[in-house]
Amino acid sequence: MLQDKDRIFTNLYGFHSPDLQAAKMRGAWDGTKFLLEKGRDWIIDEMKKSGLRGRGGAGFPTGLKWSFMPKQSDGRPHYLVVNADESEPGTCKDREIMRHDPHLLIEGCLLASFAMGAHACYIYIRGEYIGEKHALQRAVDEAYEARLIGKDNIHGYPFDLYVHHGAGAYICGEETALLESLEGKKGMPRLKPPFPANMGLYGCPTTVNNVESIAVAGTILRRGAAWFSGIGRPNNVGTKVFSVSGHVNKPCNVEEAMGLTFRELVDTHCGGIRGGWDNLLAVIPGGSSVPCVPAEQIIDANMDFDTLRNLKSGLGTAAVIVLDKSTDIVRAITRISYFYKHESCGQCTPCREGTGWMWRVLTRMSEGRAQKREIDMLLEVSTQIEGHTICALGDAAAWPVQGLIRHFRHEIEKRIDDYAANPHSEPAMIAAE
Amino acid sequence: MAKIIVDGVEVDVPPEYTLLQAAEAAGAEIPRFCFHERLSIAGNCRMCLVEVKGAPKPVASCAWGVRDCRPGPNGEPPEISTKSPTVKKAREGVMEFLLINHPLDCPICDQGGQCDLQDQAMAYGVDTSRYHENKRAVPDKYLGPLIKTSMNRCIHCTRCVRFTTEVAGVSDLGAIWRGEDMEITSYLERALGSELQSNAADLCPVGALTHKPEAFHYRPWELTKTDSIDVMDAVGSSIRVDSRGREVMRILPRVNEAVNEEWITDKARHIVDGLRMQRLDRPFVRVNGQLRPASWQEAFGAIATKLKGTDPKRVGAVVGDLAAVEEIYALKLLMESLGVTNIDARQDGTVLSPTYGRGSYLFNTTIADIEDADAILIVGSNPRIEASLVNVRIRKRWRVAPPAIALIGEHVDLTYPYAYLGAGPETLTELLAGRHSFAEALKGAERPLIIVGQGALVRPDGLAVLSLAAQLAQSVGAVKEGWNGFSVLHTAASRVGALDLGFVPGAGGLTAAEMANGGVDVLFSLGADEIAVAPGTFVIYQGTHGDRGAHRADVILPAATYTEKSGTYVNTEGRVQLANRAAFAPGEAREDWAILRALSDVLGHRLPFDSLNALRAKLYEAYPHFADFDRIAPADVASAVQALAGLGGSAGREAFVSPIKDFYLTNPIARASGVMAECSALAQERRLVAAE
Repeated sequence: MLQDKDRIFTNLYGFHSPDLQAAKMRGAWDGTKFLLEKGRDWIIDEMKKSGLRGRGGAGFPTGLKWSFMPKQSDGRPHYLVVNADESEPGTCKDREIMRHDPHLLIEGCLLASFAMGAHACYIYIRGEYIGEKHALQRAVDEAYEARLIGKDNIHGYPFDLYVHHGAGAYICGEETALLESLEGKKGMPRLKPPFPANMGLYGCPTTVNNVESIAVAGTILRRGAAWFSGIGRPNNVGTKVFSVSGHVNKPCNVEEAMGLTFRELVDTHCGGIRGGWDNLLAVIPGGSSVPCVPAEQIIDANMDFDTLRNLKSGLGTAAVIVLDKSTDIVRAITRISYFYKHESCGQCTPCREGTGWMWRVLTRMSEGRAQKREIDMLLEVSTQIEGHTICALGDAAAWPVQGLIRHFRHEIEKRIDDYAANPHSEPAMIAAE
Repeated sequence: MAKIIVDGVEVDVPPEYTLLQAAEAAGAEIPRFCFHERLSIAGNCRMCLVEVKGAPKPVASCAWGVRDCRPGPNGEPPEISTKSPTVKKAREGVMEFLLINHPLDCPICDQGGQCDLQDQAMAYGVDTSRYHENKRAVPDKYLGPLIKTSMNRCIHCTRCVRFTTEVAGVSDLGAIWRGEDMEITSYLERALGSELQSNAADLCPVGALTHKPEAFHYRPWELTKTDSIDVMDAVGSSIRVDSRGREVMRILPRVNEAVNEEWITDKARHIVDGLRMQRLDRPFVRVNGQLRPASWQEAFGAIATKLKGTDPKRVGAVVGDLAAVEEIYALKLLMESLGVTNIDARQDGTVLSPTYGRGSYLFNTTIADIEDADAILIVGSNPRIEASLVNVRIRKRWRVAPPAIALIGEHVDLTYPYAYLGAGPETLTELLAGRHSFAEALKGAERPLIIVGQGALVRPDGLAVLSLAAQLAQSVGAVKEGWNGFSVLHTAASRVGALDLGFVPGAGGLTAAEMANGGVDVLFSLGADEIAVAPGTFVIYQGTHGDRGAHRADVILPAATYTEKSGTYVNTEGRVQLANRAAFAPGEAREDWAILRALSDVLGHRLPFDSLNALRAKLYEAYPHFADFDRIAPADVASAVQALAGLGGSAGREAFVSPIKDFYLTNPIARASGVMAECSALAQERRLVAAE
């Protein structure tokens, strides 16, 4: 269990004031100038050594990502874009950071921008986050006023920070769709290559990072890469904000060390599973897009990237959705499937056509109105979508369905059998009624 | 060059090639829907997926560059596979997805038989459907009189959107909603405002966008295909005329990189109904003020009687905009033998003349080389309606890297931004004197291009304006070794050919305007419909449609349109092209050269040829460059510009006005077309709305 002294987000619950003075007392903006003076290469090197993996879901090493930016500008400006379009169902960590610890994020923006030679940074905030937008904007204004950032700031590195409010589309959390949206276009993912590090925002080198990845940067640099990499398990180091929701007694956001077990996480912070551990059905460990993991596999699994990948799921955004045995798992996945159908941008064929197909078949299956052979067909349709699309939304739509069929095929079959045995579960309606 | 292995075949391709191009170079066929050579890459249909060795998932070959592929561990060239089981499965998957919401209405779909989806479903699809849900229903959209929509069939490749925004330069089409609810539509379902919009229906790989005027008229496999040349403007676009029996059913663009790439204007395509309507199918003679049907003998007799008593000085001949070189040549010979010097092919009154050399009236730069120009000045022209495909080239040039573009004339929307310098010749004078900022841009340019349109030339001071333009061309070094930057843009398909033949007034001869204003007693009009002849003149009209010319005529000789005869046309660049016969003229109408030959016999001056081949042999003897098809005979531009520059003269102050008032109604065929009338009314409406 993570000790209090190792927490980065010391105001995650908003018990203290989010304003600049309080943030400074908690350690933000401490020695930022000193860190900047150590130079770009030191910062990137330190980030690499810290072993921080991107907190947005894919888990790509952050330091490595920063190092992809051209060392010398070819005349085009560089940009840092912070992805605050936190829309993955189950995930609610970034909003707490932006509401209660915004200065960690702003400081991180300055440090990261400096490390990649960017003088402007955009924070693309989710459309539905109205309060968060105001909180963040207030903090940005404070930082400008205190000349911590701005054209002429006390750190001696001209830096502007803009908060951009999205219009509320899940797909705009995909990095290239986010850039399109930021440019004022329809939020549709771009083809890669070219990658944003070469051709990003307005055709300039750009790095897109998750809020949490950026917000932890200041503390990592202050306390040293060794401290951060000393927490957690090899290749899955550091602290991570988990968002635990669903059938636990006390759903919560909590910053914990990577790699603690699911049992520890729930018992320590969430007051246990509703109805006890025997009542656990399955867990979706990383936001709605990752496949669910049945109870017996997840209970003592380490919550980190590699362990969960080996369970054919993923840590994703560490949005842990707990499902107990009262859950109709088929309907739950159907609902998730509807979400992806609704949020598909419609650009490329497999996702546009396939998400609707999967949802329709699942809708029937959740009532039992299906044939058993359709289960295999559904699985095949999901593999036809997976990996064939421009962005990862196709994968995200396919994985929950694959997880369902992998672990709960018997549940679907039972549903089908029940329906076949009694196709009119409700009495037939009579016209006059 | 980069090496890449495609299905085991190693090929050497430029590194900027995409995998799709590399695969084609290696002879592998890759299916595609959204990819089109002339549009930006969307990569959204996912039909072109291929397997790249070492990549975790299949990649879209239309978007993935050869240089994006990593070499093997020991430096072997990257390897891709277009036939592997993974690729086959991916294609089948995509095809299945495309078909689940595609209606099974091929039997009533106009795209049937020319449908990419049909063809590729046959080649790459599976035979049954596993989709048992309801298919998506999408409301059809109104996109104007030319494009019919059936949006259930749309596969969202966005070719139409990309065409209209990128090539046509109007942002009228777009997609609304998202996911499976995505719909292609125009803003508030307004008609598209482009003169090139029909090409979007050509690009549509399915039957979502089809040609409205041709709906349910034909099946593509019933048609006889004839390669031909468009005569609606002076660009000379390559077209294919498809006919069934004796009727022309449709006109399609043909790929010609030098001229029209693969686009044609809506006018070139949809005048098809004009070829049927209002046709002159028998000779007429005016008796007691009324036109009466007559036999050919009677018509010829009436002409012979009239000519017998008329002094050749009081006889004239005017050539219209759609005439081919052959009949102009025949008419010229006939007039020569009658001793007539009053001949003119410039019914609009343009001042261009072969006197100053061929380089003085050609689009010397050539259309393709517009793409090399680095500063463009347009004088007295609205290329968007006078020569839409020239405008498309300028826009294409602008899209690659915006050169300095400026215009003197009417301030119109050319689909790309330009500097508006002024309205009339005064601005040209200022530019020449270097008192204008754009003069610097022209001087600084390596390959400046000056386009002079008919708006600057069809006026009394046209020659002075032309001279000013030539002086400007000289002063900015537009004509030099390796670059001809002095270009005249024509509006009439027959004009350059007629000027090449020297069909202009001989010694002491009258111009078309002088002839029309009572300068002659007998006027022979070879399809000249855009000129009003004063009362009193006896008009012999040889043409195709009951239009202005025929209404004024005293004798009508029914002739063949460009689809009904084999004829040579020379486009504004001076490119000699051959239009072929796709159908036969209606009724007693005959090919023009044959009418003239028969008339010459009656007049006692028999022309020295009995067949089209004999005519051509004589023509080629006298003018060898007409035998050199699809090429441009080089003109001496420098001396032509020198001659023009030396003319001097004083230009007036009136603003330049484009001679084309209505893009859709520029010639008798277009005026007979109901589709063109509808388009014209819509365009008129748009202009009124814009003016408000």
